[in-house]
Amino acid sequence: MKTITATVLGALADIPLGEGRTYTVQDTMIAVFRLRDGSLRAVDAVCPHKGGPLADGQIDNRIVVCPLHLNSWDLATGCSQSGQPALTVYPVRADGDHIILGD
Amino acid sequence: MTQRLVVIGNGMAGARTVEEILARGGDFTVTMFGDEPYGNYNRIMLSNLLAGVETEEGIFLNDLSWYAENGVTLHTSTRIERIDAESRTVHAGDGSVTPYDKLIIATGSSAWIPPITGISRPGRGYHQGVFAFRTLDDTRRMITYARRHERAVVIGGGLLGLEAARGLQSHLSSVTLLHAAGHLMNAQLDEVSGRMLQQSVEQKLGIEVVCDAMTTEILGKSEVTGVRLADGRVIDCDIVVVAAGIRPNTAVAADSGLPVERGIVVDDQMRVAGYDDVYAVGECAQHRGELYGLVAPLWDQAKVLADHITGHVDVMYQGSKTSTKLKVAGIDVASMGLNAPASDDDEVIVYSEPTRGIHKQVIIRDGVLVGATLVGDNSKASNLIQLFDRGLALPENRAELMFDIGGAVEASVEEMPDDAQVCNCNGVSKGAVCGAVASGCKTVSGVMDKTRAGKGCGTCKPLVQRIVEWANGGAAEEDPAASWYVPGVPMPKPELMAAIRRFDLKSVSSVFDKLVPGAVHDAKSKMGLASLLKMMWADEYVDERDARFINDRVHANIQRDGTFSVVPQMKGGVTTPAQLRKIADVAEKYDVPMVKLTGGQRIDLLGIPKEQLPAMWADLDMPSGYAYAKSFRTVKTCVGSDYCRFGVGDSTALGIALEERYQGLEGPGKMKLAVTGCPRNCAEAYCKDLGVVAIDGGKWEIYVGGAAGAHIRKGDLLATVGSADEVIVLTGRFLQYYRENANWLERTYTFVPRIGIDRIREIVVDDTDGIAAALDTAVEVAVQAYRDPWKERAEPATPGQFRKSLPLTVLPQVPVRA
Repeated sequence: MKTITATVLGALADIPLGEGRTYTVQDTMIAVFRLRDGSLRAVDAVCPHKGGPLADGQIDNRIVVCPLHLNSWDLATGCSQSGQPALTVYPVRADGDHIILGD
Repeated sequence: MTQRLVVIGNGMAGARTVEEILARGGDFTVTMFGDEPYGNYNRIMLSNLLAGVETEEGIFLNDLSWYAENGVTLHTSTRIERIDAESRTVHAGDGSVTPYDKLIIATGSSAWIPPITGISRPGRGYHQGVFAFRTLDDTRRMITYARRHERAVVIGGGLLGLEAARGLQSHLSSVTLLHAAGHLMNAQLDEVSGRMLQQSVEQKLGIEVVCDAMTTEILGKSEVTGVRLADGRVIDCDIVVVAAGIRPNTAVAADSGLPVERGIVVDDQMRVAGYDDVYAVGECAQHRGELYGLVAPLWDQAKVLADHITGHVDVMYQGSKTSTKLKVAGIDVASMGLNAPASDDDEVIVYSEPTRGIHKQVIIRDGVLVGATLVGDNSKASNLIQLFDRGLALPENRAELMFDIGGAVEASVEEMPDDAQVCNCNGVSKGAVCGAVASGCKTVSGVMDKTRAGKGCGTCKPLVQRIVEWANGGAAEEDPAASWYVPGVPMPKPELMAAIRRFDLKSVSSVFDKLVPGAVHDAKSKMGLASLLKMMWADEYVDERDARFINDRVHANIQRDGTFSVVPQMKGGVTTPAQLRKIADVAEKYDVPMVKLTGGQRIDLLGIPKEQLPAMWADLDMPSGYAYAKSFRTVKTCVGSDYCRFGVGDSTALGIALEERYQGLEGPGKMKLAVTGCPRNCAEAYCKDLGVVAIDGGKWEIYVGGAAGAHIRKGDLLATVGSADEVIVLTGRFLQYYRENANWLERTYTFVPRIGIDRIREIVVDDTDGIAAALDTAVEVAVQAYRDPWKERAEPATPGQFRKSLPLTVLPQVPVRA
């Protein structure tokens, strides 16, 4: 797994509550989600099934559903719930008003 | 504390019950006693073993290693002779005494042997050429003996007798079936069906059948030479197989003082009446006066027993509706409920085609299926069994009960090869569905989640359900979520709507927080809830953008490469040179990769990146055509009376008026409409969610529930009215009734047959429920709440609403045609 060095992605307010946005970090496309419980999750931006944009998917406090074929993954573990390959999960956190990706 | 559980009987009922108890984590040390020297085998398959199409290994459900692996002590070839309920012990024939805390009696049945002279020898059991057909040992001996002989007589023309006769044909040349009653399978079939079956058995299989044949004597001393009938006839044979019925094994219960009538009497928790720690299950048990000899009721009983014994005291067995669907001796037969009408009021429908050996009869009482018999064609059997079991509403056109009319043809699940594709959208095979069941998914929705079968267009869902039921031994586990409006909120639609109103819940997150135990949010429920809340609250709905599907967030339909399609409104499919010119200019300006005419008579601009959407809408300056939402989509029209020389009504004007009024109306599913100017139906109004057809005399017919997508259905005639205004009112009223009452993603082609067109007409046209005015008001509120979503372009509704989601790689491209 690729290690991402800690990077400021931008303002927390850039991601509406309950939605996701895609960021390109060190040539890797990462979808960052802001859960309704306030926490952040980051996973691969591209659906391993047919390349769908996961940041456009619907989420809850646990999973993301790809908008193309409705496959779903656990946002904390990256594990698929519908028999697809797992997603890489990246560490992400909020620091004040900013989103920090990586360790 | 671990309790000692003793089970008398190691057949299908006993072993299945133990499996169910283990599956519930019951804290027991289990000891089982079996009369036979084997593990548990599938008795139903003995006829296949006899016919040589199945091996002995193949019919075992639990071989001896299963007992060891599950910590179950099995005493084979050990018969229990007495139960001492006082001291809680069972006493075996070998003198051993075993104590229990809980006891299950699952002794099953034995073959019933009619009193026939010479059938047995005093002190030596059956005549050596005479066989019962009940156990694996019976079957083995019969095969060995039959191979050395020529002519067989089978006594008994029920299911088992027919199977035995068919099986014996694999081993010898001549088989005669003797049946004491007037027609074959008289317990299940009416006389005509029985005769039809006899004709097929004789002509197709070459088995001679004699009905009204009372066998009185077995002839021959050391070897059987024939049988004599009551009328004096003698039929030559050298082997006799008795399959005249079964009798429950109740001796051990009766001898031990337990209550026995025809079977061992049990209560609704499967406990032997008056004995709290003694249960009985399967063919030996008599529940509410009924004995069951089929496998499905046994599964039901085993579940209730297992629930109860593991501490779920509020469970109840309420009896089973029995049905059978099988190949009897190679001929399709299905039967359920009544085989003859019980009163003059029962509606009987019969179809008979003697030359092909097909006979179908259904009996309906008060609109519910109470009986059906099929011979020679089981294509509708699964459907009928479902209607019968669940008491579902029947199609108005009763012929649909017997034939596939314009719908998908029902495949026989048993006969489908493992690699047959079940879900044509997601490429899921029957084998994959069965694999999911085998790995522990027992509900239809569980299997669908795991395999993705039925998650595309949804047409195959009934087939997936049938495969899951079949793979699960006859019944899928009840999925409590099946009746819920969305999977994440445990309520059917009416309860959910009542709760939303009671608590004044106007946003999707407030519904999760208030109505879901633990306030768990569910991504897969958000879209359905957003649609429902918008329908209920219109302008007052609190719109949380994350509750929307991406299409509804950006008002465009997402494509396979993550780009979007833009479809401007083109009411009734009527456009102008100016509009076309503008669309052409925009297409050129944005280098649109594909411009395509849609099925709904509009123009589709495909391959648009998300971030270009607002600018494009601004340049187009046209309202959204809603080609992306679960909503009112389009009204397709023909040229109507203005130009067409056949047109009898102004379909274009009416189509435009309908679209003008109901544009953008959200619903549980898409609503596609059409208005056609004459019955030639150029606008395809007969197969739309709502289709209007002009007929001569200035009248309009309104059809609802039509479809021409994954499912094809002609709409049902709702009403014929005299003016365009009436069409507009009834359209709104019907759509509002659909919006309020359909399940999430339930299209009108399912909704209308479910409610019934007569009932819908009562409500929408005749106003028998007095809600027409309320429906009209509600739809008017929704119409007033309409805002063109493409106006949401100057200021994004959320930060980054139109930001690219896949900025770097080029995804698989939709091929561009020059």
